[in-house]
Amino acid sequence: MLAKRIIPCLDIKDGQTVKGTNFVNLRQAGDPVELGSAYSKQGADELVYLDITASHEGRKTFTELVGRIAAAINIPFTVGGGINELADVDRLLGAGADKVSINSAAIRRPELVDEIAGKFGSQVCVVAIDARETDGNWECYLNGGRVATGRNLFDWAREVCDRGAGEILFTSMNHDGVKCGFANEALARLADELTIPVIASGGAGEMAHFRDAFTDGKADAALAASVFHFGEIAIPELKHYLQAEGISVRI
Amino acid sequence: MNVAIVKYNAGNICSVVNAVRRLGTEPLVTDSPEALMKADRVIFPGQGEASHTMTYLRQHKLDEVIRSLKQPVLGICIGMQLMCRHSEEGDTACLGIFDAEVKRFVPALRTDKVPQMGWNTISNTRSPLFKGFAPEEFVYFVHSYYVPLNADTAAQTHYIQPYSAALQRDNFYATQFHPEKSGMVGERILRNFMEI
Repeated sequence: MLAKRIIPCLDIKDGQTVKGTNFVNLRQAGDPVELGSAYSKQGADELVYLDITASHEGRKTFTELVGRIAAAINIPFTVGGGINELADVDRLLGAGADKVSINSAAIRRPELVDEIAGKFGSQVCVVAIDARETDGNWECYLNGGRVATGRNLFDWAREVCDRGAGEILFTSMNHDGVKCGFANEALARLADELTIPVIASGGAGEMAHFRDAFTDGKADAALAASVFHFGEIAIPELKHYLQAEGISVRI
Repeated sequence: MNVAIVKYNAGNICSVVNAVRRLGTEPLVTDSPEALMKADRVIFPGQGEASHTMTYLRQHKLDEVIRSLKQPVLGICIGMQLMCRHSEEGDTACLGIFDAEVKRFVPALRTDKVPQMGWNTISNTRSPLFKGFAPEEFVYFVHSYYVPLNADTAAQTHYIQPYSAALQRDNFYATQFHPEKSGMVGERILRNFMEI
């Protein structure tokens, strides 16, 4: 049976792992390759590395890091951050990434999704969507939540799915960093409306939140950062808990 | 041990190179018929679309070379599908090493997403590739097309319906999943392949 995936997310700045709470106040949390290997050994099903460096120099550092990750790690990993055009995708896949995650660039130019899917296949194209709920309306945001786009979460998700995205990585900005659980209602609606896997992100605080994202939220995978980085939840324990709760996981 | 990896117009060869390196062997990535024929092991990996990759293989005469190989050959993902007789993807005539048809997943339920992406179990293994395996092990799959169960099925899995997770006939081995991305289990499969 296909397992539900547990995905630690590592935010990278200047070659180091960081994690923001509500997208600000970054804290150091270790070497990316070492941390990724440790997660892989603990049973993480996949890894996501997000480059939050804006500079050209930082991007070069990140590409080199992707090469080192690919050499060391034997599970799939996705990279994101600063991907604006097909050449960026080519560069990161060439360095050994399995998938790329695009966010702002897709909103600015939706055809990029078609181009990535057409050239490299849908399976490499993860579209990340950051959205916030206000009075029952889910709106997509850019630049770590600073810029509202006017786009509706569900309309945008359907559009990128039709354009050939392979997966949706949905972060609820209302839930991110708050540790009170994932946005399960919105997740379930995405899962029902889309024909591609949905990764839940934002809100993990305890093990039951992962269970709820898979049952109530019908998510295919759940992503979290700080609960893993700071040892609040250990992946082996989480997996055993989920298995005991009747959820198919890889152990 | 000389390990050659078939170089063609498919993506994701780099992760196979890395996986072979982790076993302590430097592989040769090549489209030279002589180099492929001389190697102790040949890996035919990749992600891609069937008709484009087959056209490329024919243009470079690699179709005949792969079919004629006598040493252990391991096809991975699209590599395995191209080793079959025919694929529904682009209505493509393939290499015909395995007498099987490659079909597209048809979702039975709303919850059946295509491609299948993620970790699934394999069982009923019967091949030296799976030496030392537990009855069920998780491996990593990413695919929209599948090979039904047939006489050459060497491991099976279940997504929407049961189908072939691996095939074997004579010196030809193939996995639908990605051993190079399947953690320690995948590493054991690659090591077993080297030790056949």
